[in-house]
Amino acid sequence: MSAGDFSFSGLGHAYLPEQWIFRNYRGEVSRGQVLSLLGPNGSGKTTLLKILLGALKPAEGTVMVHGQVAFVPQLFQVAFDYSAMDMVLMGRAKKVGLFSQPSKEDEEAALCALEKVGMADMAQRPFHEMSGGQRQLIIFARALVAEADILILDEPTSALDLKNQNTILQWMDRLARKEHLTIIFSTHHPHHAYAVADRALLMLGGSNYEAGPAEAVLTESNLASLYDLPFKHISYEYQSQAIETLVPILRPKSDVCSASGAA
Amino acid sequence: MTDSLPGIGRFLSNAASKARLRLSQSPWTKPFPLAVILFFLTITSLLIGSYPVPLWRALDIMTGYFLPAGWTDPSAWDLKEVAVVTIIRPPRVLVAVMAGIALGMSGTALQGMMRNPLVGPDLVGVSSGAAFGGVLGLWLGFIESQVLILAMAVAGACGALLFTMALARMVGGKSDGLPLILAGFFVGAFFMALVGLLLSVGNPFYPRGQRTYNIAYWLLGIFRGADPAKVWLIAATTVAGGIILMSLRWRLNLLSLGDLDAKSLGIDVRKLRWLLIITVSLMVAGQVAVSGVVAWVGLIVPHLARLLVGPDHRRLMPTSAFLGGVFVLGLDSFTRTVIWGEIPVGVLSGFIGTPLICFLFWKTKTKGWNES
Repeated sequence: MSAGDFSFSGLGHAYLPEQWIFRNYRGEVSRGQVLSLLGPNGSGKTTLLKILLGALKPAEGTVMVHGQVAFVPQLFQVAFDYSAMDMVLMGRAKKVGLFSQPSKEDEEAALCALEKVGMADMAQRPFHEMSGGQRQLIIFARALVAEADILILDEPTSALDLKNQNTILQWMDRLARKEHLTIIFSTHHPHHAYAVADRALLMLGGSNYEAGPAEAVLTESNLASLYDLPFKHISYEYQSQAIETLVPILRPKSDVCSASGAA
Repeated sequence: MTDSLPGIGRFLSNAASKARLRLSQSPWTKPFPLAVILFFLTITSLLIGSYPVPLWRALDIMTGYFLPAGWTDPSAWDLKEVAVVTIIRPPRVLVAVMAGIALGMSGTALQGMMRNPLVGPDLVGVSSGAAFGGVLGLWLGFIESQVLILAMAVAGACGALLFTMALARMVGGKSDGLPLILAGFFVGAFFMALVGLLLSVGNPFYPRGQRTYNIAYWLLGIFRGADPAKVWLIAATTVAGGIILMSLRWRLNLLSLGDLDAKSLGIDVRKLRWLLIITVSLMVAGQVAVSGVVAWVGLIVPHLARLLVGPDHRRLMPTSAFLGGVFVLGLDSFTRTVIWGEIPVGVLSGFIGTPLICFLFWKTKTKGWNES
């Protein structure tokens, strides 16, 4: 086992007695790999992330973490107008004593992390005034400065436009391949998981789940049963590169027509 | 933003050097001028007052204590003037400075801890709880023991703060946001009613014939009657609490992100929150025990300090401390020199504070706190 390896087994949680949100989940991801969690609303993605993060004690099962974990929440509001630099510096929390202040070295490390994500020129800009994508990059920089081995992200692209979604996916890929961070993220977009994930876990409810290598788990039939929607696997070539993806077949107009016809 | 992607790893000389220049600035650089202002205001406050001591004479008496013999002429001093400058004024001035520092710092800590810039010690019930504890201590006959009165005030402050946080959590699911302000209002009003009740029904241990003064003291905040014992009491709580809050000031940045995020950064949120609750209770109890409930200062001062130095608690905490001292000492000096009849500082701070906070409230309408 090396720093960055992450696994869980027999994992289950219920907020009410015997009403299991999920149960007997098992999964693993190695250093430098990306694990994607997919499931419809209410399937317990956020609960599972909280458990993996150590913020919630599971009703049953164990989580084996090797290395430091950092968390990237969904886009959030901060109560005060902190600068990007202030936000990144907070990643050093574990390295600064309870009654101490960050040192010049901590500040240098924060600035280097900002440089790494190409945001050094915005170091003093208020976090409030940044776009959703920029904020995510600042939080990535915070994870880098924490020298975390594992990064857990809660729907990192949920509130972003297409361009910023692409940027965040590129960064996740870069952090995994170049910085050798283990990345675990939840998403509502199977094509995002398909684009960057090495492994995937589909939360089908109760004790039902599919986990394993992304290409084996992210199939048309698995996704169709997960979302109760047909999916299509598509291959095409773009700029001499073979691209594969999965798209849901959304037909709102035909549904409306058939509904009104039935009425 | 995507434009920056191809440039990863390249040397961002201009931006990075600018940012580095900012890093080289000490967190104490911006608060320092306020410390100087507080020092000179303290000296000035010792020289002025309602009893007519000529300015040059007051200065002569003060410097006489520090300068070698022969530099001043003590034979020219009137005994009353000496008493005013060396015995009567210093305790009051020092209590006002300490009270301002305590309120400024505890307000900053509460706002950071509760992720809400619209709270203060008096608005979340801490001051009222401390006043209740202090008055109850007097009721139980601890009138001779300042330490017991202080202990009761600390217990009252701590209890009230815990009540407020528990009520906010029960109503709103978390201990920040609007439920917190409302819960603080209810808890504060309840403890204030208890204080009013205890003061109204009379007390065998309490000095007789001073009911109006007592009510003004506990409910409105006044510094008249400060003595060396009060100075020692508030100095002990303010210095002890101040050192702890000053050491924890960067942790407030982390705590203000919210529990989940702070935990994910490796913070023991529970331990830190308890440490802050006890420290803030100690500081506010010390202030209330010697000068009663001084409203609004703990809310306004952190706001003004934030306008001066930004939200980073490393700069904000010392700025709030010095600004709090300047604010309260300024108000007290004003009320004892300019205004005939001496208005309680709590009334004056409310008079100035409420319009100011209305303006600041309006200014914060676009900020994230009200959506969090």
